[in-house]
Amino acid sequence: MSEIALPKVDRTIVSKKDLIVNNLKQFTHKKNVLSELDEIRPYETDALAAYKNLPLAVVLPENTQEVSEILKFCHRENIKVIPRGAGTGLSGGALPLNDAILLGLGKFNKILDIDFYNKCVVTQPGVTNLSITHAVKHKGYYYAPDPSSQLACSIGGNVAENSGGVHSLKYGTTTNNILGVEMVMMDGTICRIGGKTLDQEGYDLLGLICGSEGLLGVITEVTVKILKNPQIVKAALIGFPTIEDGGNCVTDIISNGITPAGMEIMDKALIDATEKFVHAGYPMDAEVLMIVELDGTKSEVEELFKQIKQIAEKNKSNSFKLSKNEKERLGFWSGRKAAFPACGAMAPDYYCMDGTIPRGKLSEILKEISRLSKKYNLGVANGFHAGDGNLHPLILFDGSNKEELRRTEEFGAEILKACVRMGGALSGEHGIGIEKRELMCEAFNDSDIQQQINIKMSLDEKNLLNPGKVYPILRKCAEEGRVHVHKGEEKFPDLPRF
Amino acid sequence: MFTKEKKNSQIFQDSNHLSPTSELEVAELIKEAYRKKFPIDIHGSNSKKFIGYNVQAAKSLDLSSLSGVIEYLPEELYIKVKPGTQIKDIENILEKNNQELSFEPTDFGYLKDGKSNKGTAGGCVSCNFAGSRRFKVGSVRDFILGFRGVNGKGDIIKSGGTVVKNVTGYDLSKLVSGSFGTLVALTEVTLKISAKKPSQNTIIIYEKDPKTISDLFNMVLSSSNEISGAVFVPDEPKSKKFIPNKSKVFKLNDLNQEGAFFAFRIEGDQNSIKERIKDISNEMDLKKYKTSNLDIYQSDLFWKSINSLQLFSETKNNLLRAVVPPSKSENMMSFLKNKYRYFIDWSGSLFWIEVPGDENIREVKNTIIQNDGYVTIIKKSEDFEFTEKLFTVDDTKLMISKKIKESFDPRGLFNPGKMYKDF
Repeated sequence: MSEIALPKVDRTIVSKKDLIVNNLKQFTHKKNVLSELDEIRPYETDALAAYKNLPLAVVLPENTQEVSEILKFCHRENIKVIPRGAGTGLSGGALPLNDAILLGLGKFNKILDIDFYNKCVVTQPGVTNLSITHAVKHKGYYYAPDPSSQLACSIGGNVAENSGGVHSLKYGTTTNNILGVEMVMMDGTICRIGGKTLDQEGYDLLGLICGSEGLLGVITEVTVKILKNPQIVKAALIGFPTIEDGGNCVTDIISNGITPAGMEIMDKALIDATEKFVHAGYPMDAEVLMIVELDGTKSEVEELFKQIKQIAEKNKSNSFKLSKNEKERLGFWSGRKAAFPACGAMAPDYYCMDGTIPRGKLSEILKEISRLSKKYNLGVANGFHAGDGNLHPLILFDGSNKEELRRTEEFGAEILKACVRMGGALSGEHGIGIEKRELMCEAFNDSDIQQQINIKMSLDEKNLLNPGKVYPILRKCAEEGRVHVHKGEEKFPDLPRF
Repeated sequence: MFTKEKKNSQIFQDSNHLSPTSELEVAELIKEAYRKKFPIDIHGSNSKKFIGYNVQAAKSLDLSSLSGVIEYLPEELYIKVKPGTQIKDIENILEKNNQELSFEPTDFGYLKDGKSNKGTAGGCVSCNFAGSRRFKVGSVRDFILGFRGVNGKGDIIKSGGTVVKNVTGYDLSKLVSGSFGTLVALTEVTLKISAKKPSQNTIIIYEKDPKTISDLFNMVLSSSNEISGAVFVPDEPKSKKFIPNKSKVFKLNDLNQEGAFFAFRIEGDQNSIKERIKDISNEMDLKKYKTSNLDIYQSDLFWKSINSLQLFSETKNNLLRAVVPPSKSENMMSFLKNKYRYFIDWSGSLFWIEVPGDENIREVKNTIIQNDGYVTIIKKSEDFEFTEKLFTVDDTKLMISKKIKESFDPRGLFNPGKMYKDF
């Protein structure tokens, strides 16, 4: 297990555990409060499994009023709270703290209203992303953001992390696809932001909450927009002999005014891994494989694929295969969607990174990753949401080897630093969490971070809601870099903690 | 540095109209304002100055001289500009590469003084008013990739960047959109741009029955034909309180100016447009109605008139901007009848309503709120009574907004009272 500096444990809170647990049982059914080791163990980590930590207790409220009362109590008693959706987050945003209550939203699992007239669904936050689409598909509608974990991830978690997915190039991320939320502030105040109307007046609190990683409030209801299925969807598999050719093709497609519904790129390592795993029929002679998906009307899709074929040929493509039917289209995607398990079959562990670069820097970053792979002597497979410059390098390693884990983390950090240097961002859709917290100083200076912390403190003045996430735990950016804790000793014990 | 600070301090003392030309100057002037606790009126070219309450501040910070394109990368689909850059100039630059701001910034120039004026990039972001494509592509806030600016203490801050996918810290770009200059003085904004569609057509349906119009809006929203605009323009009221404008504004060969009409726009290449019109004709059973078709040139003019509110050109009456869920459009139409001049945009969601100064504005506002909407009083008549709030806000949201305001501008110096009386 990896170690990282976490906010100092408040021993007085830990010593009052029994009292706190009894108090929590006043606010919700006692079966919803878990405090025994075997009960709370499943909550010790999220999908960033390298980090584990036990919470003081777990509470699983059933309605907004209960959430409000629990938060009010925790606020009064200075107890930290870690909100958690389905626990599929990849940046450690739901990592518990020993002196904190883990607030699980798993019981908020109902869709409350399907409103076809206003093209929206009102849902509780624990409902999974995919079940929203399932609830409306009989009338030809769907919910657009489709993170790869959509089968399991909750919509509340999607709001917290502003999740994207394969189709965000055309349809945007969560922030562009929600209309309103109900939220409980740390002091227990319940507020409704937005509703079934487009936009809101005044400060865009919905935009602020979306992607705030559970630091500003606990989402208890979400209103999402639903879209009508496109008339036709087709995909093409295009192989390229070099990274440069594939990268240039991505830029040229966009420059020609084409906005594909999705545009993915996989490198040789990932093509090999996924082909072995699912036999998707990928061309094995390609160094780079592109999946381009278009949707719209029949004539439009056909015309644009003609243009894309020409652009690909100009960029020396060595294969071009257009899906003939829905089965074949899904087959094209099967390899890409199996990227994670395929990498899992190649090495004991893999570490999924998430950064963004300007599209034009695609071949540059791939070369840099390849250089770093040699430097750290670790294998890497690359999958990109190329259309919006979002890369997911998968670093292959053996977690039982501590030294290899250390190298993996440094490798990952160097990739993200390179993204920032090239004009991109530290995270495209996984969030900062604890994973990239100390790297925030690569992208922001003290004033930028202070402004963000000021917002946090204005809405949660005691810093009780999900503390230790997103912002560097060492206050000054001068102290950048990943912080390791050795035998529980912090590196700079006298610095103020946030 | 000392000399520079001293110079800025002197400029601050000597002039009430501050017109900085660099980000650093903006920061120095605001630091000076912070030290001296001077409220400041932050603005661009004043094209939307009349929206919101009047700001009571001795000093004005004019950002219109801080203008120009910093970086434009057509292939990366963004343009980074200084806040004083005119939207018109940005659109001209994008046009050369067949690109555009697809959120269609609302042009308030006609409303103010009878001619086009889209104002500056900073003003456009600060007000967050998107045009007819809103229901299809998003609002201004969905197109802000990042910004730089100066907060109320004089610190230069930034958020976001140039890439679309970005979850690194709170998305302050959204928060700044629509904040009317009360949180930061913008010094740089990065806008996401889109490819311009090669052609467009607009179908006009001559119809006025509220139920039918509401059904047509619903069909637009339910269609997979990617309709990118849908409006309803009713008959103008006969009352002398309204200056007749409709026949002048929509003077197009293929548009019959008599009576009410519903209009929707399809954009794309010509084959795709033809294919979709055919499909929509079946979906909406268009043969039931009297219709006409505006070609690319007329269609372009038509939507420009809509997005510049020319129907209300130079009105002396109150103008309200209301947004309701589309399912409430029928209720709203039944209420508005022929008493007020209005038109509906965003396929049944956005209502622009002209209310004469002597009419009961509260009744209109209450109806909007009862229909789950919100309303902004955009233009105020001479006899407007300030007992009516200009923005809709509930107590909880006001409380949260106040806290956020304080986190950016602890001394409450930026555009005090512009949005809400309290701060």
